[in-house]
Amino acid sequence: MSNSNLTRRGLLKTSAVAGAGVALPTIFTASSAAAYTNEPTGSTVTLGFNVPQTGPYADEGADELRAYELAVEHLNGGGDGGMMNTFSSKALQGNGILGKKVEYVTGDTQTKSDAARASAKSMIEKDGAIMITGGSSSGVAVAVQALCQEAGVIFMAGLTHSNDTTGKDKRANGFRHFFNSYMSGAALAPVLKANYGSDRKAYHLTADYNWGYTTEEAIKSSTEAMGWETVAAVKTPLTQTDFSSYIAPVLQSGADTLVLNHYGGNMVNSLTNAVQFGLRDKQVNGKDFQIIVPLYSRLMARGAGANVKGIFGSTNWHWSLTDEGSKAFVKSFGEKYGFPPSQAAHTCYVQTLLYADAVERAGSFAPCAVVEALEGYEFDGLGNGKTLYRAEDHQCFKDVLVVKGKENPTSEFDLLEIVEVTPAEQVTYAPDHPQFAGGALGSCNNGA
Amino acid sequence: MDAIILQILNGLDKGSAYALIALGLTLIFGTLGVVNFAHGALFMIGAFCAVTLSRIITISHEVVDESRTDFLGNPLKVDVPYVHDWFGKETGDVIIDWAVPLAILFAIPIMILIGVAMERGLIKHFYKRPHADQILVTFGLAIVLQEIIKYFYGANPIPTPAPEAFTGSFDFGAMLGMEANQIIYPYWRLVYFAFAAVIIGAVFAFLQFTTFGMVVRAGMADRETVGLLGINIDKRFTIMFGIAAAVAGLAGVMYAPINSPNYHMGMDFLVLSFVVVVVGGMGSLPGAVLAGFLLGILESFASMKEIIDLIPGINQIIIYLVAIIILLTRPRGLMGRKGVMED
Repeated sequence: MSNSNLTRRGLLKTSAVAGAGVALPTIFTASSAAAYTNEPTGSTVTLGFNVPQTGPYADEGADELRAYELAVEHLNGGGDGGMMNTFSSKALQGNGILGKKVEYVTGDTQTKSDAARASAKSMIEKDGAIMITGGSSSGVAVAVQALCQEAGVIFMAGLTHSNDTTGKDKRANGFRHFFNSYMSGAALAPVLKANYGSDRKAYHLTADYNWGYTTEEAIKSSTEAMGWETVAAVKTPLTQTDFSSYIAPVLQSGADTLVLNHYGGNMVNSLTNAVQFGLRDKQVNGKDFQIIVPLYSRLMARGAGANVKGIFGSTNWHWSLTDEGSKAFVKSFGEKYGFPPSQAAHTCYVQTLLYADAVERAGSFAPCAVVEALEGYEFDGLGNGKTLYRAEDHQCFKDVLVVKGKENPTSEFDLLEIVEVTPAEQVTYAPDHPQFAGGALGSCNNGA
Repeated sequence: MDAIILQILNGLDKGSAYALIALGLTLIFGTLGVVNFAHGALFMIGAFCAVTLSRIITISHEVVDESRTDFLGNPLKVDVPYVHDWFGKETGDVIIDWAVPLAILFAIPIMILIGVAMERGLIKHFYKRPHADQILVTFGLAIVLQEIIKYFYGANPIPTPAPEAFTGSFDFGAMLGMEANQIIYPYWRLVYFAFAAVIIGAVFAFLQFTTFGMVVRAGMADRETVGLLGINIDKRFTIMFGIAAAVAGLAGVMYAPINSPNYHMGMDFLVLSFVVVVVGGMGSLPGAVLAGFLLGILESFASMKEIIDLIPGINQIIIYLVAIIILLTRPRGLMGRKGVMED
């Protein structure tokens, strides 16, 4: 019963015709041409929220998603408007973006670069997302940012702290509101000097990947500049779960301060191990032994429990800030979800508003118009005081918070207290600073 | 010298965990001939038994504290555990503090039950299938168990501290007359090592000195003959599966204060435990224990700064490197017997 008329030549011909047929609509769309990738033509516009929904940062991703949903609600005129009421720009009217109702699709980065690229690609190509945002790791941010540059859509980075995101890997279509390793170092150094003095011997344990290196470099250079000595800097595998063999030699080295350049599960485990070893009860060189965690997140602080008490670190934002923007955001988030937002939620919410506002001001969704509207843009009322989106590298410059693990928390969300709000000038650096050297922004890409 | 003593000590607790997991793996492989990739998940479930018990103990009711406010400015709702109401604050706090040791009693029946259910419900259908099928199905089971735990407990690590009495570290250096702070070792890790030694001893004694153990050993050597003698060896092997699950679970319970439990902690240990089993010799119980400690200590040495400076990256590959060398020189592992997995 098999069809014996099928020949090799016939099959080739048929495939060629079919191939041309399949390609035809694309050829037409390319020439009849949208002016840019995924130009919204109907009454809606689609944003792509690319967050870790599975894997070790799934909880952080869930908080990012809550913030995005809240931002979409506010943009569409729902809820109490949150930070739209305190935002210095009044371009957003609560009627969507440029009158188009905001819809969204979500992707799962799994905190893996290839998975994040695949989900972003699918949201751009299949769902017609005009902008991609989110993520909880610098590896993912750098990978997705490059993809968005090629595809001709805007990337509004989520939580990414490595210098490289707006340093050697910066792209014209990518923007970062979150702070970076350099800023952590610059903000922490004066507080550490005031509390622990200028004569300290530091021992670094550093997660063996991009973010770890830039953080180690930033903290080393800013603490050495104030007189501290770096005794050793040891790389630890990203997959390490038990850090005892790395922590045990710390005291033998003569160090009196341990800097944990770790994030997520690494940080929870290394800090827990260090406290178990009783390091904080020790006296070295006639001083109390101290531990420092350059980048804090509340979700990590929860994992480490009581071990964070009294330990200094830095953070992009904290819900206990009392400016009008922060209060408005905490109120709408808290009333909707029943607990205060994390810094990851804050940066994601703000990035969404900033994108929508830029589109409104530009009067177009075209990526190059949005880039122009965001470059060099100064704003206020979004929780970090006066902020500048610097044109040279698409990095936000704003105040940085130095925090400390709280001694008497009132709830599982109340784990950090703000020690100092470091002013933006103190954490600002030149665009060609050595820690950000290499790479170029290039020119914006409209795609299509 | 002190650095060497320190790393040997460090290797002991990691080695204890490897040894306990590898012991369970070997028990299952020796008795049932199944390569159980879900064993790491059992270790993880054990740790979550500790989390669960501490949550049960701290079940609370809300009391409104008018003098303080929450983040939205409403009166603060404070959670007061029921154990405070029932036993008074002081005794209640002691019970909460000792949640992890108490979880041992809680975990044993649960782990045996899970082990037996796993064996009867799924794994027994794979006895006659190739090892590859067994690996696939148990690996799949591990992922399912992991996702179930993540669904209920979230993806973040959950702090599960040891009792207050065991916080801090013991100064071995000072004891040996050296300078203070040179060789310190956390109390809880000492407890973990001692606990592992007791469990390992108990399993060996059980197999060596009880009739049940004798029958199991006979079954491991020649299942058919034991069956022909009219002994229901399957039932005993099922019980052994339960015991192996309990050993992995207890290793997990006691490990909870060392690293805050998370849903994928089992996978972190599983691969290394398999290497331990292979290095020790498939099917050899003493081999599993010996290799567990050996590789734990080697891993500690390899993460010394001096060694990493000498050979960068050695800390990440040492275990596999040693495994390759041992398998090249002794293809059956350190204490492997002839005929195991060689047909």
